[in-house]
Amino acid sequence: MLYRETGQFKTTYQSDSAIFPILQDRIGLAVILAVAFIAIPATRNDFIINAVMTPFLIFALASIGLNILTGYTGLLSLGTGAFMGVGAYACYKLTTIFPQVNILVWVVASGFFSAAVGVLFGLPSLRIKGFYLAIATLAAQFFLEWCFIRVPWLYNYNVSGAIEVPQRELFGIIVTGPRATSETRYYIVLTLVVVLTWLASNLVHGRIGRMWMAVRDMDLAAELMGIRLLPTKLLAFAVSSFYCGVAGALMVFLWYGGAEASVFGINQSFTILFMVIIGGLGSMIGSFMGAALIFILPILLRFVPESLGLPLQSATVEQLSFMIVGAMIIVILIVEPAGLARLWQITKQKLRVWPFPY
Amino acid sequence: MHVEKQRPAGSALMHFLYLIFIDPFVQMAQAPDLLAQTLWEGLVSGMLYALIALGFVLIFKASGVFNFAQGIMVVFAALTLVGLYEAGVPAFLALALAIVVMFILAFVVERSVLRPLVGQPDIILFMATFGITYFLIGFGEIVFGGDPKVMITAPLYLPKGAITYHTLGGMVQLQKIDIAAAVIASLMVAGLAIFFSRTRIGRALRAVADSHEAALSVGISLEQIWVIVWFAAGLVALVTGIFWGARSDVSFALEVIALKALPVLILGGFTSIPGAIVGGLIIGLGEKIVEFYWGPLVGGGTDAWFAYVIALLFLLFRPQGLFGERIIERI
Amino acid sequence: MKVRHFISGMACASLLAGGLLVGAAQAQDSIYVPLFTYRTGPYANSGIPIANGMHDYLTMLNERDGGIGGVKLNVEECETGYDTKKGVECWEQTKDKHPTVVNPFSTGITLQLIPKASVDKIPILSMAYGLSASAVGKDFPWVFNPPATYWDGMSMIIRYIGNKEGGLDKLKGKKIGFIFLDAGYGREPIPLLEQLAKDYGFEVKLYPVAGKEMQDQSGQWLSVRRDRPNWMIMWGWGAMNPTAIKRASENGYPMDHFIGIWWSGSDDDARGGGQAAKGYLALNFSGLGSNYPAIQDIKKYVVDKGKSQVEKDKFADTFYNRGVYNTAIVAEAIRNAQKITGKKVVDGTDVRRGLETLNITPARWKELGFPDFGAPVKVTCDDHNGHSPAYMQQWDGTKWVKASDWIEPMKDKVDPLLEKAAADYVKSNAGWPKRTEACDKSS
Repeated sequence: MLYRETGQFKTTYQSDSAIFPILQDRIGLAVILAVAFIAIPATRNDFIINAVMTPFLIFALASIGLNILTGYTGLLSLGTGAFMGVGAYACYKLTTIFPQVNILVWVVASGFFSAAVGVLFGLPSLRIKGFYLAIATLAAQFFLEWCFIRVPWLYNYNVSGAIEVPQRELFGIIVTGPRATSETRYYIVLTLVVVLTWLASNLVHGRIGRMWMAVRDMDLAAELMGIRLLPTKLLAFAVSSFYCGVAGALMVFLWYGGAEASVFGINQSFTILFMVIIGGLGSMIGSFMGAALIFILPILLRFVPESLGLPLQSATVEQLSFMIVGAMIIVILIVEPAGLARLWQITKQKLRVWPFPY
Repeated sequence: MHVEKQRPAGSALMHFLYLIFIDPFVQMAQAPDLLAQTLWEGLVSGMLYALIALGFVLIFKASGVFNFAQGIMVVFAALTLVGLYEAGVPAFLALALAIVVMFILAFVVERSVLRPLVGQPDIILFMATFGITYFLIGFGEIVFGGDPKVMITAPLYLPKGAITYHTLGGMVQLQKIDIAAAVIASLMVAGLAIFFSRTRIGRALRAVADSHEAALSVGISLEQIWVIVWFAAGLVALVTGIFWGARSDVSFALEVIALKALPVLILGGFTSIPGAIVGGLIIGLGEKIVEFYWGPLVGGGTDAWFAYVIALLFLLFRPQGLFGERIIERI
Repeated sequence: MKVRHFISGMACASLLAGGLLVGAAQAQDSIYVPLFTYRTGPYANSGIPIANGMHDYLTMLNERDGGIGGVKLNVEECETGYDTKKGVECWEQTKDKHPTVVNPFSTGITLQLIPKASVDKIPILSMAYGLSASAVGKDFPWVFNPPATYWDGMSMIIRYIGNKEGGLDKLKGKKIGFIFLDAGYGREPIPLLEQLAKDYGFEVKLYPVAGKEMQDQSGQWLSVRRDRPNWMIMWGWGAMNPTAIKRASENGYPMDHFIGIWWSGSDDDARGGGQAAKGYLALNFSGLGSNYPAIQDIKKYVVDKGKSQVEKDKFADTFYNRGVYNTAIVAEAIRNAQKITGKKVVDGTDVRRGLETLNITPARWKELGFPDFGAPVKVTCDDHNGHSPAYMQQWDGTKWVKASDWIEPMKDKVDPLLEKAAADYVKSNAGWPKRTEACDKSS
């Protein structure tokens, strides 16, 4: 009833190809943004801001990165964790070498380093695909991880082999380091994620996105249609790694505040892959939904037994939550293999005709 | 005794080249016993990698599922065996029960995961095996606890100790348990090969591997075949678990060995049983020799990624693997 | 509709859980001690006994004495699974309940929490792990890592080797192998080891073991066989330890020349090797066995009453006792805090002062019911570590036995490295807060 587009006419081609052609969608987006920008910081609850929302946004950004590669271009990658690591280490090196430059510049710049590395390890994608490619990207994962441990220059010869986030300011406000408030950090992450999501969304809806999708659907056919595979696939690797790199830099600088190489391990790659697949391959909103489900669900599960008054050990809760997440992945895949994004689309479709389904 | 290396006069570059191209071979010639030992260790590791890869291949061949849960199945099988034994069940009964548990697992997986997901894209099935992995991690920890367990070897009549040959100007030592692993693994591979080539079910399995639809149309039950291959993979997991468990301990950390199988799969191809074995041996040998002779140049620890680099190079020249089927694509 | 049920179910679940997040207030008539533990995950083998030890000792204080100074302890476990991400979650989750002290029990988690400690006013006690440099109290007022740093540990091992060889000067020309987990933890002692090698003229061979190669290690031990080091030192963790011990005995390495750091010396580590591991040595700083009055009390008040999760045969094993040691320090710090402030219910700020005046003399250990359980520990405002001695324990085939007296660390070698590391940390963390906390006189 509320969600109906009747009467919304498009008079130009531009407005018809808009990302949100329906008024209600635009209102919905405005509400979500208002909640994200105003309501959530207003809770002033450090747990929600610091341990739930900030990481959720960062994971969503990394998921968008992987989704560009896997969802839109059809290239399966298991090296996401390492590409995030490249971003984090690049940002760390840049800001320690040039401390006077604005930290946000370096966060974004570190994405380009990650993109370069991504292109390098994306080269095999020209000859192989599917699981073979996935394993080839595992080579990137393990080799880069080894570099993060073995090249002491990367962590400035720190004896603990860790990178620590120095304090940096932006317009006189402390944005990184322990003294930055969680609200400040949250705002920065949120702003960057919103801007980058908007960019990615435009990218995949445009000519480049269509080239990627053509390659995904059948690369030989795409080639015959005149899409050059080499630049297209490598561009997907570059953009994807750029997003992952920025996410990695944000993760260390605005969430963890310090990291060891193990943070960028293979498990990180798998986690992001879960998010993408559960959320829905080839969907921006799916990346957010997947990140929410995979990251926030286990956190919520921790509180359930406590609230129901069940006297469970925290370890048992953890084990149960592993089982539940595992079962949940299977159930979601059975119910809707195309991911949460598809569920969301079905819901929207139903809402359109509600309350008079035909 | 270690002979002091003779450094050729010349630039640092020459010395570096010497270290890369000449010194390792000098070392090999000087200490043939160590070379023999390295080769043996490489073969043993390679065979153990091959065992893990075998579990992947079996399932991939029959159902097209890239089964990431193979690693946790290894842990789960080994934990069941040791857990039952520690609960007072005699060793061989525990072994039999562990086999039964692996069968139940195969059955449940087929019913609750594979059947509802039939016909879905590969990546979805791949993802579903992650679900199985998570579930088994939680389930295994609740049932058996997170404590590491010591693999039972003596009650299963697995030999202990080592055979030492004083030869080649030094000594070569073969662990009896490694020999046992080699023998049992070979027997198992031979058994599987005979089973798949000589029996009715085996032929049905190969038919399923060729084409699901064609197999269905001649009256082969896909469900039955899937239970059988998952069960076979479960058996392989149990054997893998026993020998890897004996090498270290039985704990959830053992799950990561699944990652060692992936480069083996690239080398051998996803669908070839001989490929898994040859690939495993190549990776095992290559890894150990490089780590032993060239590793010190970069501070060691090359075995963390060397296998993947071999695999990556290999991919560039023969993407379908050593014995893989050539992929023909139609537009 | 399957789909719709699913969606509504999800919505209900998230609403329910969302409501819970808010209503987690804590009554303020108890002292809140969160325990970051890991009973799950790949490293659970080390985590479980430590978690049991910590939990049982504090529970025993509640049962026997009614808490500390008449105030009950509110002990709550937060499961980290040794995962950095969950460790940070645990921190955020507990910090509003005014924890008195946090024991992260993972170097990765500790690194992440160090910057947060001074902001949230919660002291961190990383007992002989974490950032070695945090021993420097003037730079890290909120972080404590008694009783010894990894560098102290390394210097103790070298001192022990020196004693066995008949003097440190006899180390000249010897070869010492170092096998370590290839991560920050394992790499940390290398600078000191190389420094000592230069000072005493021995040669160092490094054998890194990558995290996912832990179960194999055949390559590393082959290299050991080639290089024939006179002594082997190990910085291992999790499944790396039992595997290394097995490989060493298989390769015929003399086990009594193979020495592990304190995290490589649990009962599980050596048990896998069994009789073949006989002779293996490891550093330890907490007592062995249950023959201490306080441990007997744990048995009487906690274990026998079924209030513990510990398995009977794992009661009072090496890592269990280490957990007890950790909480004994926590309890003593809380007592100190009560004494200094005169308050009964203390918070993080008070306990920080309590930790800074920590001074457990042999007499005090005895009073606590732990005669000779640990070496004396004295923490001051400048020295947040104490650099206490440790001893060698040796595996006799079935259990650990004490194999040496207390070994003093080489303070003169370790201190300059610590100072430099702390200075580097502060330098690279521009804007690192200057210490503003006043220093209490030791009680």
